Amino acid sequence: MMRAFFRVAWIVVKKDLTVEVRSLEILSTTIFFAVTVVLMFSFGLVVDGRPLNDVAAAILWVAIAFSGTLALGRTFERERHNDTLRALLLAPADRPALYVGKLAGILLLLALVQVVLVPLVGLLFGAPIFDHGVHLLALLAGGTLGFTAVGTLFAAMLVRARSRDVLLPIMLYPMTVPVMIAGVRGTAALFQPTPNLEATQFWIALLVFFDVVFVTLALWTFDPVMTD
Amino acid sequence: MLALAAGMFALAPFMINAAPNEATMGLVYKIYFFHMPSAWMFMVAAITAGIASARFLFLKRPSADGWALAAGELAVVFGAFTLVTGPLWARKAWGVWWVWDARLTSSLMLFMIFVAYLLLRKYGGPGSDKLGAGMALFGMANVPFIYVSVNYWRTFHPLTSVVPTLPVEMGIPLWYCVTAFTLLFIVLLRMRTRLEHQRARVEALYLLEDES
Amino acid sequence: MRLRSLLLIACLAVMPMAAHAAAQPPPGDFVPVDETVPGEQIPALPLIAAAYGFIWVGVLGYVWSIGRRLQKVEAELADLESRGK
Repeated sequence: MMRAFFRVAWIVVKKDLTVEVRSLEILSTTIFFAVTVVLMFSFGLVVDGRPLNDVAAAILWVAIAFSGTLALGRTFERERHNDTLRALLLAPADRPALYVGKLAGILLLLALVQVVLVPLVGLLFGAPIFDHGVHLLALLAGGTLGFTAVGTLFAAMLVRARSRDVLLPIMLYPMTVPVMIAGVRGTAALFQPTPNLEATQFWIALLVFFDVVFVTLALWTFDPVMTD
Repeated sequence: MLALAAGMFALAPFMINAAPNEATMGLVYKIYFFHMPSAWMFMVAAITAGIASARFLFLKRPSADGWALAAGELAVVFGAFTLVTGPLWARKAWGVWWVWDARLTSSLMLFMIFVAYLLLRKYGGPGSDKLGAGMALFGMANVPFIYVSVNYWRTFHPLTSVVPTLPVEMGIPLWYCVTAFTLLFIVLLRMRTRLEHQRARVEALYLLEDES
Repeated sequence: MRLRSLLLIACLAVMPMAAHAAAQPPPGDFVPVDETVPGEQIPALPLIAAAYGFIWVGVLGYVWSIGRRLQKVEAELADLESRGK
């Protein structure tokens, strides 16, 4: 039974990948958008040519949040446009498996965006991204998973709603405040001249906890929420 | 509607009750008598909305949705009370309108979640009852996370509570106010839920009319 | 009808408070200096008035809003039910 679950999820991921690879539209535009966000915020937060304290971490996570929201919206817009979501829901597949499939697809997308984003931030702000690579990776993975887990559910919920473009950030940002706080503070602790590893580990733990709770909650609620 | 009368009357004389209790700490601390019960009712409303949403989603009880929306609206109302009276008190007590302390900031975030909930219910179009229920559930689950993350956000070592412990003579008016606010909350919840249920009946009747 | 009795009770509830506030002596010298704000005297009365006032206005306003919406819906309900018969 578990095998069927993951098979369905994998089919969804493969489908999304195939469609995306053809045009690379969502990937390239999201990457460029993330870069724009970094630059826009830099203009506000770099004073006298020097970035304010902890600004690198803040800008990194804001860029992840903004570009993540866009990516979520546009992935599901594509589904809506082709009415494929309804087809998926009608299929005799385990509903939560669909959720996992969409989640995995968007996580992959955001991971690729971050491959460009993190070195950029490291370059622009002199942030030591390779010093504690494992910790940074854990923070990014945990934070992105938390953000995307909630975001995928909300974006799927909103596919047929009115005003969905603005409702997604309205719903998502307050709900993912713990993820943002944990991500920013954890990354900032890591980028300090003498990194505070104890603090970083605390934030990583919080992120893991958040992820477990909210992925489980999303799996439970996906079916009842998506039923007509 | 007798409950309503009881609620209102309970609220009124307590003003008289609280006022003569001149604290040595200064007149402005009196705000606390309204601020704290508001904060409690805010939390109660949020939890009620979460539980009602869960019942609606998982137990498939249609009436639970009315309770959820009513509780969500009350969360915004009492949240607004809390977030306005808090800074008014803070202005005198700490000299600033806003401090980024754990409690205030967490309350603000929870308030935002419920405002978003109301916006979703109002503008989300058909089907937003289910969506709202999912969101309210997430909101309730998020409360401990919000509190912990904001608490440790300020410094890595959490600050001690800024609310002073109250001497005994101030306890009585405080509990009186809490009781009054609780009554008020229950009355408002019942009224608002009744409104929702009547609305649902109207919609059902319209549907019936359309079909025939 | 229900709405009117609601509002009447609300007004009655407010009156004792207003009477009491009027009867109180002006705060003047019996508000001690708050030691956490050295050297700065922020008058407390407007803050308190604003706080309590906001809540009172809020509660009354919300009750009125519910009452109004309830009246509208019940009128609609009565209309629909009479049409159905």
